[in-house]
Amino acid sequence: MTLSPSSIEQVIPGQGAMAQPSARARRRRFRFVANAKAATGLAILGVYALLAVIGPWIAPYDPDARSADVLQAPSARHWFGTTHLGQDIFSQILVGARSVVVVGLIAGVLATILSVLIGVTAGYLGGAADESLSALSNVFLVIPALPLIIIVASLVDQAGELLVALIIGLTSWAWGARVLRAQTLSLRRRDYVEAARATGERTWRIIGFEILPNLTAIIASGFVGTVIFAVMSEITLAFIGISSVSSWNWGTILFWAQGQQALAQGAWWWFVPAGLAIALLGTALALINFGIDEFVSPRLRTGGRTRIRTADGRTVAMRVGFTPVLAPTPTPVPMQRPADPLREDATS
Amino acid sequence: MRFLLQRVAFYLFTAWAAITLNFFIPRMVPGDPVQSLISRNQGRISADAIASLRVLFGLDSDRNLWEQYVAYWGQLLHGDLGLSFTFFPAPVSEVIGNSLPWTVGLVGVTTIVSFLLGTALGVGAGWRRGSWIDGLLPATTFLSSIPYFWLGLVAIALFAGPGSFFPSSGGYEPGLVPAFDAYFVPSALQHSILPAATILVSSMSGWILSMRNMMVTVASEDYITVAHAKGLSERRVALSYAARNALLPNVSGFALSLGFIVGGTLLVEIVFSYPGLGFQLFQAVGSKDYPLMQGIFLIITISVLVANLLADVAYLLLDPRTRKS
Repeated sequence: MTLSPSSIEQVIPGQGAMAQPSARARRRRFRFVANAKAATGLAILGVYALLAVIGPWIAPYDPDARSADVLQAPSARHWFGTTHLGQDIFSQILVGARSVVVVGLIAGVLATILSVLIGVTAGYLGGAADESLSALSNVFLVIPALPLIIIVASLVDQAGELLVALIIGLTSWAWGARVLRAQTLSLRRRDYVEAARATGERTWRIIGFEILPNLTAIIASGFVGTVIFAVMSEITLAFIGISSVSSWNWGTILFWAQGQQALAQGAWWWFVPAGLAIALLGTALALINFGIDEFVSPRLRTGGRTRIRTADGRTVAMRVGFTPVLAPTPTPVPMQRPADPLREDATS
Repeated sequence: MRFLLQRVAFYLFTAWAAITLNFFIPRMVPGDPVQSLISRNQGRISADAIASLRVLFGLDSDRNLWEQYVAYWGQLLHGDLGLSFTFFPAPVSEVIGNSLPWTVGLVGVTTIVSFLLGTALGVGAGWRRGSWIDGLLPATTFLSSIPYFWLGLVAIALFAGPGSFFPSSGGYEPGLVPAFDAYFVPSALQHSILPAATILVSSMSGWILSMRNMMVTVASEDYITVAHAKGLSERRVALSYAARNALLPNVSGFALSLGFIVGGTLLVEIVFSYPGLGFQLFQAVGSKDYPLMQGIFLIITISVLVANLLADVAYLLLDPRTRKS
């Protein structure tokens, strides 16, 4: 349940999102989707989003309705089996999807807004404001979030979905704020920002139109990471019985399974589908995050052809930092670099 | 030295913030859950214990906030965290004292092992990009997306059961008395294998991935090319040049994410009924034992801060640049 450590923060110096020429990006607008990982993640996420909308309508049974089929293994009538009260688990999963997706979304949006506000402000303003805002986000980062969420949520009697989402959002913005601050700090003194400042643009305009677009990838990856954390926290809260047990989410299913000794009774179908649903959602989000990481820093891509046959029959392993000579010609061809007026700064 | 002092100051500040947060949370929530607990146990609790609970949860409304705050601190410094309702009439500090060693043993050790193992695998995966370890990445992603507690449930279903070597719950054989002897220690170890394996499997992949990405980034640095050009052995370049530099961000990442990890791993204890802080927190939540919950939160936070400080010391040892100034 770690917040997947994004590599973006570490890749920042020098290269990164800001290095892409915009004309090319416009020509290949769907480049991000072309990444297999991101595409898979987005596709799975799409299915979940669809389930969140139509789940309660297509559920074959009322998730609360009891029946005579007590603790039945999966069958044609009950795809995922039934509980100790004869409730249909497949329906519970379908109905529960909405709560999971909604809480993840609300908490993710809230935490992302907070992290952008705090991180970018701290990075751009610098000085005392930076010091205090960084200290604040470091404090929130170091304090164990989940126990804190548990305590706050348990003091409120039968915390509802919205409240859980708010508590999670308010406690999980710190990681994003930290990453954004670091990147803003490195963008703040770039030439184009200085130019904007010199032409007299207002501070809010510089932040909104010069800096924020270059932080898009980091904000997106922070958002995805927070959604993972929020979903996990919500399910955990439901599992240990803090949040309201009257509404269904996958944690509630696990809560009942654990409480009714599903394991001891051999009722594996009671907790396996919910767990797989959570894991698949988490995997989809993580894949999207990989996609973003690789989009920003192509070197991180996996796979591809790493062994190449040279003309004289040997195989060479391609590796970062190495450029194997593939040309059969023994005489080296002098390399000519095209004159590029735009890259003058690289030599200075 | 200056670096270390700065960090210590920061952690003291964080500890203060956490304690202050703990002071304000019950006071901001509407309703008086603790008041009802006290009145329900009327006659069973001593007057001293009631007085201490009133200070902890702000029930003495005749005093102003500042006086309450001072009294709260005074009581904490005496080690008085109130009275646990779950383990009535044991004080919270005693309950925590009994379960802390279990958590430190299980969560502490597995977290470190998982970091070391994951980092080692990440070095391999990053250095030989496109090898079989890369193929494992999607699988590890899936494993890390599973909630720890659910993986624990599956592990119990698969490996534990009547007649199995792995016990499905508890920290030691019920008849034994906790002591360092030939009966207790093997039993405790046997009970900790399954929870530890659960934590390892789901927490390791994060470290593999971040170390791999750092290795890939470092591998294109000029000093790596120079090391290759000097004709150093592959192994030496990989370990002494690339891995050593890639390790630094990973260590600071480790320190920062300790709070997240500990929060998640505590839940494994719930599934295995392991007698640590996480299980205690679960029981406290179940019986609405607010003094115990708050005490556990404080102890977890302080433990994480101490662990953070240790990680900083490790960073100091690994990175000579921090020692120079």
